[in-house]
Amino acid sequence: MKCIIVDDDETARLILKQHCLNTSNLQVLSEFSSAIDAIKYLNSNDVDLIFLDIHMPSFSGFDFIKTLSKSPKIVLTTSDKNLALEAFEFKNVIDYLVKPITKERFEKSFEKVVSLSKTEDSTNTKENLNKKSDYLYVSVDRRLVNVHIPSIYLIEAKGDYINIKTDGKNYIVHSTLKKIEDKLPEELFFKVHRSFIINTSEIVDIEDNSVVVRKEVVPVSRSNKGILMDKLNLL
Amino acid sequence: MEKPNMQVIEEISGNDEDFKKNLLEIIKKEFSKEFENYNHSYLKKDFEEASECVHKLKHKISLLGFKEELQKAALFEKEVKKGNLELHENFIDTLNKINVYLYD
Repeated sequence: MKCIIVDDDETARLILKQHCLNTSNLQVLSEFSSAIDAIKYLNSNDVDLIFLDIHMPSFSGFDFIKTLSKSPKIVLTTSDKNLALEAFEFKNVIDYLVKPITKERFEKSFEKVVSLSKTEDSTNTKENLNKKSDYLYVSVDRRLVNVHIPSIYLIEAKGDYINIKTDGKNYIVHSTLKKIEDKLPEELFFKVHRSFIINTSEIVDIEDNSVVVRKEVVPVSRSNKGILMDKLNLL
Repeated sequence: MEKPNMQVIEEISGNDEDFKKNLLEIIKKEFSKEFENYNHSYLKKDFEEASECVHKLKHKISLLGFKEELQKAALFEKEVKKGNLELHENFIDTLNKINVYLYD
């Protein structure tokens, strides 16, 4: 993790730098006695963490946070115990250290930063996985073809094969409706008939026992009609 | 009456004697400058600036182990801004103790 230290007090910077040196996985890229110089530095350098003094002449730590376009994690350092409430109004403020900062308190704070970073990484990974699940790989002519799931509007069973109809192309795949049904998001797809799965967002209209999906008329079984109607946003 | 001590500095330094020496050098350098700045602001009756100086000196006061005096200094930081100098003598006493401790 890469950090910078911003504090007009040289003693405070030295203590923080020492704590950082004694912490594995934490590298001090630079230190600044002036908030303005730190802002200039951040315009062309990426950091993960800023140790920021709240009380600085002419430009407070809070003013500094407001100028940041990116939002690295911030640990505020201060000699005032009474600014904590205001400090935590900034979403990227992780902790609030009262000077003089002891080794023990610094370590707890860094653990908090690391723990939060891990949670964020995990959330990002899940989001990426969710994005990947928008795609389905199907076997066509001995090749695995990537199909964008929301582009599928209809799937029809034909013997041992299914015909997957998408915006640009149809795919004949050796599989069953049951297998593909399990791979599709429930909120978007529905099996209206033993031989048809439709993308419900592509429905044009519904008649007694059929539904028009794009330009295709698809039969709806009696048993599934009620469930289909429940899924739709009816007036 | 509280006396300055090395407890906080020892705790921060651990067993790193070089760091401790370096830290004390910087505290000495900054303290004398900050003390001088406070006196200057006080004499010219710039109480806003004096309050800023008290704020900076609070860190040194806490590093040298003062607890009660730190609370008084925090109160003085607010009061001096309003022109209330009731705690000035007490504050100067604390700074003098630090001065003697650091330089004798």
